[in-house]
Amino acid sequence: MQFFFEVLIGGLLSGVLYALVALGFVLIYKASGVFNFAQGAMVFFAALTFVGFLEVLPGWTGMEEGGRAVFWLAFVLSLAAMVVLAIATEKFVLRPLVNQPPITLFMATIGLTFLVEGIAQGIWGANVRGLDLGIADVPIEYMMDNFNILISSFDVFAAAVAAVLVAALALFFQYTRIGRALRAVADDHQAALSIGIPLRHIWVIVWAVAGFVALVAGMIWGARNGVQFALTFTALKALPVLILGGFTSVPGAIVGGLIIGASEKLAEVYVGPFVGGGIESWFPYILALGFLLIRPEGLFGEKHIDRV
Amino acid sequence: MLYREAGQFKASYEADQQIFPILQDRIGVMLLIGFFALAVPLFADQYWLKAILIPVLIFSLAAIGLNILTGYAGQLSLGSAAFMAVGAFGAYNFMLRIDGMPFLVAILLGGLCAALVGVMFGLPSLRIKGFYLAVATLAAQFFIVWALVKIEWFSNYSSSGVITAQQIEILGFAFEGPQSKYLLTLFVVVMMALAAKNMVRSTTGRSWMAVRDMDVAAEVIGIRLMRTKLTAFAVSSFYCGVAGALYAYTYIGTVEPEGFNLDLSFKILFMIIIGGVGSIMGSFLGAAFIVLLPIALDVFVPMLLGDLVSSSFVSNLQLIVFGGLIVFFLIVEPHGLARLWQIGKEKLRLWPFPH
Repeated sequence: MQFFFEVLIGGLLSGVLYALVALGFVLIYKASGVFNFAQGAMVFFAALTFVGFLEVLPGWTGMEEGGRAVFWLAFVLSLAAMVVLAIATEKFVLRPLVNQPPITLFMATIGLTFLVEGIAQGIWGANVRGLDLGIADVPIEYMMDNFNILISSFDVFAAAVAAVLVAALALFFQYTRIGRALRAVADDHQAALSIGIPLRHIWVIVWAVAGFVALVAGMIWGARNGVQFALTFTALKALPVLILGGFTSVPGAIVGGLIIGASEKLAEVYVGPFVGGGIESWFPYILALGFLLIRPEGLFGEKHIDRV
Repeated sequence: MLYREAGQFKASYEADQQIFPILQDRIGVMLLIGFFALAVPLFADQYWLKAILIPVLIFSLAAIGLNILTGYAGQLSLGSAAFMAVGAFGAYNFMLRIDGMPFLVAILLGGLCAALVGVMFGLPSLRIKGFYLAVATLAAQFFIVWALVKIEWFSNYSSSGVITAQQIEILGFAFEGPQSKYLLTLFVVVMMALAAKNMVRSTTGRSWMAVRDMDVAAEVIGIRLMRTKLTAFAVSSFYCGVAGALYAYTYIGTVEPEGFNLDLSFKILFMIIIGGVGSIMGSFLGAAFIVLLPIALDVFVPMLLGDLVSSSFVSNLQLIVFGGLIVFFLIVEPHGLARLWQIGKEKLRLWPFPH
């Protein structure tokens, strides 16, 4: 039983990371109706940029290596890079493709994926890099002593970050002027335009916010598994999360992420041995597929009505 | 001046419904096929046959398969490489386990296996569409590759699922050199491309297009959605499967399931986007483009920039060029190279006196 809980909690915590990536998808999908396949590449780009700045900044500015100042400067610069990426995407990809069918935009973001991956590796190189956020990856003693369950403090930290991020985004969407505009655009592009909401700015903002989420997700993942190209594959796991949670729902992304994370780990441990293991690679997709047959719009998605 | 249909009257329905209604087109296609079937094997060197022409033909076939599903029936798939894998492993097992199995029958049976698997993964398309379906085909991609590695029977208990294609022999003639393998590939590809062209002009193809343009409307006018979508999945996977079998037998020789990964699926998707979504001709153009581009980059970039660049730079440049081209084509010419070809022909008909 205790082993079950350990697996379950480990799964839930890795689910938090999936949820972080899925969150970026949802933001963009809500505001612009674009299914952004490049979100995984953005996570990779952001993480690589952050690590790259961490490496080069001490040389450029003479700041102390590994210090607090370098960390925050790298963070700000990476964020700026994500904003530039957002502006460029809006200008060169989204704007010329306005009014195209969603599937065309989807394919364009696949192209964007390759572009971003190529640029990221072209600038920073393709080496695997470690990333140390200064948070110890050790079991929490309290849980060990009282419940005999092994939980890493790093995982708890990641979960806390995700929770804070979701709360902040929820507040941002609910109570700020830009947030209201974002929701208006998500609801109806034309109506939003007609009352004077600048669609282009909104798109840049939402891609920049998605870039910020990607940066946070990339930093946490990078610290866990190293900043490497495989990050883009793991980010593909966010797709079943979206299907489960629904494309348009922020809580859906979180709940979906938790379900996928927990179920894939449980399946790997309890079902895997019977079929030869390694089922983690496809289990989430099959789970999502089965789920789709019952509820095509996901857990929290909006029901889709077809009209001729 | 030379290329126009003046004076060519069509007196029967057959004449009106030809694939190439203009005489010059027919001559052109005959010359083209004659060139590739006679002149190329005689004069091309081994490298060209093995590393360029055979893969271009095989990928054209896979691109036709994906084009049937995505371009004609409008169901986006990210799992075409997995269906190629099914075809390759299917053909391998038929050759291995049945004595005296004719090669051509084996690759067709391999294609049929792929078609069956394709229908299985196409079933969700009845309920879901668009991006959701794309994710569902990702399930096929990961699951099939996993199953081929883990279920060792498929690869005859070799380590990590690697299979080595058997010797191809038809009517006692052994296909050994690249020349004969190339001709065999060409024959299969031309036949299947012809079949595909005719299929998309028939009732089946028209109902695919109706479903692509709007499935609810298609259903209202009496097209059976289930049958149409599933035939699209079956035919598409069949083509991919045969392409996969050829990939194993005439191109690579030794394949492993991991070779049919998501990257290959994307490559095939790029072929149809650049070549032309919803065009058989475009599948060939796109495949040629995508196969030749990396080779051209490998050759010309170091030549232009000299020792300034490393090989990792070239591989990153390849990613950037691929991605950039996809976005560029989607914006500037969503119908791809096939559309440019079309425009060229229209222009040629008016030349030299455009009105």
